[in-house]
Amino acid sequence: MTGAISIQGLAKRYGEKVVLDGMDLQVARRSVCALLGPNGAGKTTAVRVMTTLVRPDGGTVQVAGFDVRRHPREVRRRIGLVGQQPAVDDVLGARQNLVLFARLHHLDRRAAGVRADELLAQVGLLDTGSTPVRDFSGGMRRRLDIAAGLVLAPEVLFLDEPTTGLDPAGRRDVWEAIRALVARGTSVLLTTQYLEEAEQLADDVCVLDGGRVVARGTPGELTAAVGGDRLELVVADPRRAQEAVLLAERAAGSAPGSAPPGTGERVVVPVARRHGVVGAVVRALDEAGIAVDDVVLRPTTLDEAYLRITGRDDERAEVSA
Amino acid sequence: MTAVLAGETLGARVRWAVTDALTVAGRDVAHWRRQPAAVLVGALFPVLLLLMFTYLLGGGMVVPGGGDYRDFLVPGMLALSMVFGVEATMTAVVTDTARGITDRFRSLPMAPSAVVAGRCLADMASSAVGLVVLMLAALAIGWRPAGVVPTLAAVGLLLLLRLAFLWIGICLGLLARDPSMVVAVQILVWPFAFLSNAFVAASSMPGWLSTIAEWNPVAGTVTAVRELLGAPVDTAGGWATDHAMTLAVVWPMVLTAVFAVLSVRRFQGLSR
Repeated sequence: MTGAISIQGLAKRYGEKVVLDGMDLQVARRSVCALLGPNGAGKTTAVRVMTTLVRPDGGTVQVAGFDVRRHPREVRRRIGLVGQQPAVDDVLGARQNLVLFARLHHLDRRAAGVRADELLAQVGLLDTGSTPVRDFSGGMRRRLDIAAGLVLAPEVLFLDEPTTGLDPAGRRDVWEAIRALVARGTSVLLTTQYLEEAEQLADDVCVLDGGRVVARGTPGELTAAVGGDRLELVVADPRRAQEAVLLAERAAGSAPGSAPPGTGERVVVPVARRHGVVGAVVRALDEAGIAVDDVVLRPTTLDEAYLRITGRDDERAEVSA
Repeated sequence: MTAVLAGETLGARVRWAVTDALTVAGRDVAHWRRQPAAVLVGALFPVLLLLMFTYLLGGGMVVPGGGDYRDFLVPGMLALSMVFGVEATMTAVVTDTARGITDRFRSLPMAPSAVVAGRCLADMASSAVGLVVLMLAALAIGWRPAGVVPTLAAVGLLLLLRLAFLWIGICLGLLARDPSMVVAVQILVWPFAFLSNAFVAASSMPGWLSTIAEWNPVAGTVTAVRELLGAPVDTAGGWATDHAMTLAVVWPMVLTAVFAVLSVRRFQGLSR
């Protein structure tokens, strides 16, 4: 049995612009893979190729065991797509939408109705009656959109930034819906800009940058690869932050220049060894006469690992400077 | 796996293409049920124009051959109501594309042709209903067509014209990418309508304008419908007016062919 998704050397360009440049990806059955990457990294294009919406220029792409170029219909029978914006009919009600999509999946009238009710129950929208979708909240609309991607209980579900634009409650709702699906055995590929989302949902994380996969692994592996812990300091006088960075790096035993640029009075330093590091850094700063308001020793976040991997930590400093 | 593929015969494909098209068109029917007011406004707008031109402007209009302006106007309004349909088609297509619904359809195992075929069915049906409403309104203000057979022939020509503007609407909708572009078409449709023989005889316009009005794609249909319904016809026109019946068939067919090809190209281009 092949994996849920298998991509080798996927290339796609629009005119002169190379969007995907030899992308490789393997997603095992019954697993959740999060595709991370900055805007313009090629995430959406990759999803559009995998869901047969866009033809690739090169490489092989297999989804649910079928080649997207040679057997697009077979792929379409086995996938669900939830795009960046809810692609549901605003005028119709939730049930009408699901019946429509079920009919287009070639269920007969009765089976379509039964399936629509099952899906409504599954995403918690049974009580919406005939309310038109345009009166739904963002979270409800998203859940309906996800339900529309599940009509035939797809083998592989694609979620392109499923929680963008949702409030925290809506986001939690969607996460719950995705977890329930995975528990039923669906494989999921999700793109997201929220690292927390990847941490919450994904077995594997794949970082896409410049059309290539630049890092992959479990969230834990990625953070470990970048470096174990971080010491976060708040200095009383922001003007001495630069000086504090140099002192803290030396006291923490990390290489000069290894600290990501901080913001204002906040200083973050990678820590090679936890033991005794808090005392050493505070002492060094104290001797230099730099007052410290707060000290935290914590594990590296996926956010930091991601920014380091994509080389975006410098850019962020420029923005905040 | 090959068994699954082999199971799909040509007959099954055709049957699904038809079923899927009906399902997609059924979505529009559901829209009409949910938004009767919008349907009513759409159907009554040409009626309003008919009343305004008949009673507010009609008194000052000169009809070729000295007939009744109302009888001259009704065929023009019937043809223009088909042209106005371009806005509804374009709006539906561009909205679905912008909202990602077209992509959702394309990611389903349905017949790809059904997206467009369903649009055709729904729009042709609503235009046919619109024609009936407008004709009933015309009957109410005293217009009388020549007979059943010529009237049915006229309806056929009018729906053929609608088909042409349906494909123009699909093409524009696929090109636009943004629903706000519909406004531009809603504005441009007016000079297009006035630069025709729908409201006045083309021969009443100055030189080159009258030639353009005569060759306007709706002009052939307007004159042909006038002839069929026994309404006053512009007798001072040129070749285009004399061969109105031919143009009423050829123009829509040429437009349909050109814009259908462009639309299919554009639709396939979505996967580039």
